[in-house]
Amino acid sequence: MKDMADGYITEDGRKIGGVMMEMKNITLRFGGVVAIKDISFDIREGEIRAIIGPNGAGKSSMLNVISGFYHPQEGEVWFHGKKRPSMKPYQVAQQGIARTFQNIALFEGMTVLDNVMTGRLTHMKTNMFQQAIWWGKAQAEETAQREKVEKIIDFLEIQHIRKTPVGRLPYGLKKRVELARALAAEPKLLLLDEPMAGMNVEEKEDMSRFILDVNDEFSTTIALIEHDMGVVMDLSDRVVVMDYGKKIGDGTPDEVRNNQDVIDAYLGVAHD
Amino acid sequence: MTTTAASEGALVSIPHLLARNVSAFGDKPAYREKEFGIWQSWTWAEAEAEIRSIALGLLELGVEKGDFIAIIGRNRPAMYWSMVAAQMCGAVPVPLYQDAVAEEMAYVLEHCGARFVIVGDQEQVDKVIEVQQTVSGIDQIIYQDRRGMRKYDHTHMNALGDIQATGKAAHERFDKELEVRWQGLDYDDTCVMLYTSGTTGRPKGVVLSNRNIIETSKNSAEFDNLLPGDEVLAYLPMAWVGDFIFSIGQAYWTGFCVNCPESAGTMMTDLREIGPSYYFAPPRIFETQLTNVMIRMEDAGRLKQWLFKTFMAHAKRVGPKILDGQDVSGVDKLKYALGNLFVYGPLKNTLGLSKVRVGYTAGEAIGPELFDFYRSLGINLKQLYGQTEASVFITQQKDGEVRSDTVGTPTPGVELKIADNGEVFYRSPGVFVEYFKNADSTKDTKDGEGWVATGDAGFIEPETGQLRIIDRAKDVGKMADGRLFAPKYVENKLKFFPNILEAVVFGADRAMCTAFINIDLTAVGNWAERNNIAYASYQELAGHPQVLATIQSHVEEVNESIAQDEMLSGCQIHRFLVLHKELDADDGEMTRTRKVRRRIVEEKFSDLINALYDGSDTVSTVTEVTYEDGRKGAIKATLELRDVKVVDQQQQMAAE
Repeated sequence: MKDMADGYITEDGRKIGGVMMEMKNITLRFGGVVAIKDISFDIREGEIRAIIGPNGAGKSSMLNVISGFYHPQEGEVWFHGKKRPSMKPYQVAQQGIARTFQNIALFEGMTVLDNVMTGRLTHMKTNMFQQAIWWGKAQAEETAQREKVEKIIDFLEIQHIRKTPVGRLPYGLKKRVELARALAAEPKLLLLDEPMAGMNVEEKEDMSRFILDVNDEFSTTIALIEHDMGVVMDLSDRVVVMDYGKKIGDGTPDEVRNNQDVIDAYLGVAHD
Repeated sequence: MTTTAASEGALVSIPHLLARNVSAFGDKPAYREKEFGIWQSWTWAEAEAEIRSIALGLLELGVEKGDFIAIIGRNRPAMYWSMVAAQMCGAVPVPLYQDAVAEEMAYVLEHCGARFVIVGDQEQVDKVIEVQQTVSGIDQIIYQDRRGMRKYDHTHMNALGDIQATGKAAHERFDKELEVRWQGLDYDDTCVMLYTSGTTGRPKGVVLSNRNIIETSKNSAEFDNLLPGDEVLAYLPMAWVGDFIFSIGQAYWTGFCVNCPESAGTMMTDLREIGPSYYFAPPRIFETQLTNVMIRMEDAGRLKQWLFKTFMAHAKRVGPKILDGQDVSGVDKLKYALGNLFVYGPLKNTLGLSKVRVGYTAGEAIGPELFDFYRSLGINLKQLYGQTEASVFITQQKDGEVRSDTVGTPTPGVELKIADNGEVFYRSPGVFVEYFKNADSTKDTKDGEGWVATGDAGFIEPETGQLRIIDRAKDVGKMADGRLFAPKYVENKLKFFPNILEAVVFGADRAMCTAFINIDLTAVGNWAERNNIAYASYQELAGHPQVLATIQSHVEEVNESIAQDEMLSGCQIHRFLVLHKELDADDGEMTRTRKVRRRIVEEKFSDLINALYDGSDTVSTVTEVTYEDGRKGAIKATLELRDVKVVDQQQQMAAE
């Protein structure tokens, strides 16, 4: 079923399209250390794709390759059927790829609203001088952008903290604000680096619901790294498993769960 | 056009009032809602168009005259419109508590046989779907918020927006039918059915007619001189009769504007932005607001603290007098005006109460200090006494005759009488028609002449004619030695301490009174923070020796105050314990309107009550709790029981 080139319909009725992003034989080295070794996988339009693996497996490096922060020494990144040249992260962002960070990277002194507004920067057309004068074009643009941002604030249910400085928020809410900022960019592909790390059960449930709703409501393709296996298996359509920079598994949650290599990697195996 | 003219003569239903409002003040705001960070508003004419399209859509779906339509959601204009749209179709709206779990909803939905359910969002849809497994009568679910709804089976489900669109498209077909339906509404047709939260047993469906709602709204609106320009914030549960009277009855009668907050979490901010002129809140909300102010004042600088203390002391002395229009010296007036400039004005603004012309509190007794605090600021806060069966109003306080220990004189049109056992009876145009499908209960509550038993014991003060409520009539009992036992009276005295959130007093047919106490986590938590007392959970804080000592001192103070009253001196508390969990509606210990269900608490914590009476010092217990998602868990705890000093009647006499 998964091999159908034009996509398929999932059990819960979501439409998964064709291949959106393809990683071909990616190898990434830092000096003598090989972080990623000859990995290939694809991400389909509309799906939730998880990347899992033990600590140091190279998951975050992989995400950084997708977001254009790292440039692999070998291999190609194909996006929407075109080979992507070596790009700066901001150029990747302009292509419609947004991300959240493992260690929250928000502007602590700014309000939630302002933080989310920064996510709209790639969509703003006025230049610095127009913005400095503000009246006229910049004002009209800000109003239009604010409307989009308010829709996202409503969607993620953070109205009550709209005007609160981010530094005063608890951890779980900060994570949600970060998701809001990434969503504000209206990405086609959303990269989530451990969205549930450090959360309690209730916060995890909330976050899972938001991720599913984002995927459902905006048809956003999502690639996520996560350690909580329960969450990964419940949320994702397909899972890539990495260990020591190599790909050891790829498939539906069920296939991955029964893969002997994956079990060995997670539970450990005697090396002879 | 002739039909419209005819309808204006007789305002016999809410849709008739709507038509009147459209022609009288069609371009004035009728509804506002904060959405996407901005207040969106609808004039009466626009609201009527929205309501009409919902009504047409409902007709298209096959709503029949006399159908029951359940409404479940938070206060949003579309939910209010749905109620009026249901009435236009000749159906009866039945608002339900939105935080009720599926099990509670199942009973009500089955009992009224609702064919249509209009809900706010996915969360409510899920509950209704769960209910449908056992209740078969539900034909159609209509939801407002589309979010997360894409994947649901829509064969018997529609978005409200789609209903409105089909309604508009089909207006040629149904316009005439709709006109016939709402024009045909009669003064004695059912206006709304509300389920009482029921401190005992199953909820009962109270049937209120158009006459009940409109007469009551008219009388009470005239009593307080409510005007079309007034603003009210709709934030209390829609299933509660008060919200129906304020946000629909009185709003449609006078034509004032109903404002809906953005979400529960933004209610206080929205309150400030709107600045309502007519405001209602249970004592609990006033208490929370005051606690927040006090906590913030403690963090303020010295000068500000001094200003606050000086002027608040002055306000306490002369504020209520000024509000009641009594004589006050010129110097005091000047000082009060100064205070208004520096303290009271900004404080009222922070609380969102600057513009309040008429404010009410009801539902529970309010602490005199709390009550006086708000009145001394110049906020016209008053008390009313009412219940669902009366369409709210039984008594209310006139401007200038406001006190914290009474609930006022009868609302125009209401007659009162006190039975021999002290129970209060009333008769009024607002008296309910019947309990739905429950003739026995109807007969027990309402006699042939229309007198309704309130279930509360009280008396009318001879000098002022104001009603004073002591307790629930059935809770007023006798102690083992025959002395009077009025638990609520004692509980209220305890609850007036900010540290005590809830109290349950036992003592009927026993030799002495004992009490369960719930601490207020906000107040006690703040105290702990300031005194460097670390705690990890509610349970740990509740069991802290210093907390227990503080509570003990409160209980002793209450004992002293009770001892003053000869009749009730037997109700002094001999022993108490602080509960390890908050009493909660999800566990069935309280009603959704947060009143303690005494009997259930007695059963559930029977081991603790035994320990209070057998003289032991500690007791271990396991309590089952229900989480918000319906799962169950258990809390284990060892509680300390404390003896309290009691003022002995004879000793007191001897001392005198």
